[in-house]
Amino acid sequence: MTVRVMEEWQGKSLDDILWLCQETVEDTEVTTVKRWREAGGKVLGHFQVYFPEEIAHAAGMLPVKMFGASVETRIADSRFGSYLCSILKTCLEQVLSGRVELDMFVTHPICDAARNLAPIWGRNFDYPCQILYLPQNPNSSYSVQYLKEEYERIQGIIEKVAGQKITNDALRNSITVFNNNRALLRKLYDIKREKPWLVTINEAYTLVAIGGMIPREEHNEILETVIPMIEKRNARKQDRIRVVFEGGFCEQPPLDMLRTVGRSCYVVDDDLLIGLRYLLEDVDVGDDPLNAMAEAYIHKSTYSPVQHDLRKPKEKMLRDRVSNSGAEAVIITAAKMCEPGLEEQVTYTQELEKDDTPYFVSEFEENMTSFDHLEIQLETFVENLMFD
Amino acid sequence: MNEIKNIDMVGRGTREGAALFRDWFQDLTEKAEKGETAAYVFVMGSIAEILRVFDLPMVFPEIHSLQTAVRHVADDYINVAEDYGYSPDICGYVKADFAMQMQNGKHPMGQIPKPGIAVLTNACNTYLKWGEIWERIYDIPMVSIDVPATREAGTRTWPGDEQFEREKRYVKTQLKELIELCEKMTGKKFDIDKLREILGHVNTMSTGWKRVMELNQSRPSLFNALTDGTVYLGMSNVFRGTPEGAEFFTRLVEEMEYMSANGIGTLTDEKYRLSFIGVPCYPIFRRFNEMFTEWGGAFVMSTYLWFASGGTNLGVQYDLDNPMDSLAEGVLISVRDAMDSMFHPELTVLDKTNNYNIDGVIYHPIKSCRTTSAGMADNRRALMENSNLPSLFIESDMMDSRVVGEAQMKNRIDAFFEGLASRKAKEAIGA
Repeated sequence: MTVRVMEEWQGKSLDDILWLCQETVEDTEVTTVKRWREAGGKVLGHFQVYFPEEIAHAAGMLPVKMFGASVETRIADSRFGSYLCSILKTCLEQVLSGRVELDMFVTHPICDAARNLAPIWGRNFDYPCQILYLPQNPNSSYSVQYLKEEYERIQGIIEKVAGQKITNDALRNSITVFNNNRALLRKLYDIKREKPWLVTINEAYTLVAIGGMIPREEHNEILETVIPMIEKRNARKQDRIRVVFEGGFCEQPPLDMLRTVGRSCYVVDDDLLIGLRYLLEDVDVGDDPLNAMAEAYIHKSTYSPVQHDLRKPKEKMLRDRVSNSGAEAVIITAAKMCEPGLEEQVTYTQELEKDDTPYFVSEFEENMTSFDHLEIQLETFVENLMFD
Repeated sequence: MNEIKNIDMVGRGTREGAALFRDWFQDLTEKAEKGETAAYVFVMGSIAEILRVFDLPMVFPEIHSLQTAVRHVADDYINVAEDYGYSPDICGYVKADFAMQMQNGKHPMGQIPKPGIAVLTNACNTYLKWGEIWERIYDIPMVSIDVPATREAGTRTWPGDEQFEREKRYVKTQLKELIELCEKMTGKKFDIDKLREILGHVNTMSTGWKRVMELNQSRPSLFNALTDGTVYLGMSNVFRGTPEGAEFFTRLVEEMEYMSANGIGTLTDEKYRLSFIGVPCYPIFRRFNEMFTEWGGAFVMSTYLWFASGGTNLGVQYDLDNPMDSLAEGVLISVRDAMDSMFHPELTVLDKTNNYNIDGVIYHPIKSCRTTSAGMADNRRALMENSNLPSLFIESDMMDSRVVGEAQMKNRIDAFFEGLASRKAKEAIGA
């Protein structure tokens, strides 16, 4: 199904397209998904961090990344207790309030709270509300086979919801679309690493984030148009420090927080919406697409605090991210009440102290609106580094 | 003579359990003093069946941590971890254990050996993060046994179903990989006959644990699921697969059968039969229970006894003629049930309400455990939609006394019982 859901962006200037992307990402009514539905399309909402969107795409559904929203949790609040992160509540609010209408929901065992989402949604909605059990023992020799079988299982449910069988050809086509998308996102991140003055953290973020709410073909077209424009942008390098931003793997910091960071730092790499970039290489478009996707998740993927893998100690992975991007410092954030993120903060700070890599620790919540305090602290941190 | 013997039988399980527990802890302390290590495991899927084949002593960090709260010293440990950088919003068990590791295993009951290996399941995600901490501190092998849980309510699969058999193969492979690692670590060859013997003890314990809980349908109830039940639960975990554990549960069933046959109940003058959902409030363990028993509230059922026994409540029986296959099947069914008991407790509670004559349900979400707590409010909403059961929702913690407001808690509990009393009075006059 070929449907365009973004407002007309063709022929517009870079700034106008970026503005449109930002408006789309901040649109709490998620108009893009409404347009898809109005055209007769079905929607699969998947919670953070990683979901094999290719399977839903191959069934003709729109995979929508549920990554929270700046909405007041008027209805969802009654479904949750205290001591929980905001993203759980805002995602459910989006659906309970009718802003987003789904035909299927999938969550993952990424953390103790997120695992509860399938039962909670299942008690509130009649459509399938599933847990996709991504393996937490990727070091087992059976993990790829298990994951392939788990993908087959979820494929069966998607087929029922979509009302159509998913052929291997359709899967191969979807993998090609997503391989292209991942390559374009890698290109965007290359720019961030090599010439971070060409694209701000908030601009790059919105360019990535819209991918979670529009068809991926449309996202590819936007990126194919915008990336060359960014490369030709007339922007001068400024005196800012190069940082890695860590802590955006699940709940997302508000755009204003990213702007605040961007005023004093060049964010040369980050884990914002890492699920959209989780697979590091092209997935093989061969005879067994599901196996290839499972292989890629187990053997060719990046890291996050919520995937346990003996081959990927988080502190070593962060160290690699810092050195590969030539960062001078790290901003280590965590969403409030995010247990894995908060635990990893300790790991990261201990690691960075080993060689005195400067770091700045902070917490956020997606609905935060005041950043004055953060800005002052961050400026002080940056000044200390620049004039040290 | 017989009568005296039988009177002695009442409360025997609690006494014997406490004594065995002290012995176990003494043994761990001696090992720690000699510099010996232990396998660190968790209550939801300890995989004791395999570790015992290799004679690996086991440490249950959850149990050690909760003991600090029961003994009112948890805050001291939590403060050490928070000073190190761990957030107040992180699980109190993890922080207490981390502080113990930083203090050479110092514990109010003795000393805990350092880990030589960590074995954990995915039943709780914090297990994984916790294990990573030991991995960093001690550079030890960490084995996660991944057990797929129910993906959506009502879609459980069973032996013979294609999906179940696939998942069993995954679990079995992981168990075999654990065995290979243990062989390498200990230099001992895996002994299948020893595994059979251990599985036999687990079978006896599982049968006993299931029967003990069934017997609490008696009126008056035979044991307090919150307090006595926690002692039995500790035995179920710590002595899993041992002759002592098997004997304990055999004798406990005998005690409970005797009490049931003779109409002997707990010390509570039982007026209301309650079901508990969640993890106990260990910082005020005794007082928390008293706030209910003072009103005649008796905890006859607790989801804690299901999930924190790793699903042993199902009474799954291993096939000793086919030990490895059966072990994989048992782990899959039991650990999955433990997870289901946390995510869908209302289904089982509703199913058992009539048999246990439940008058009310107590939800106890806690800051430390999002696995058990994140879905509770919605769960309660569903319970209320599907039944007339009165329920109470009180938030606190299992470790952190800073978020345990006893006075506020008491107000709400009192109000709950006043409501129950009013309801009973109305029912009595047919209103």
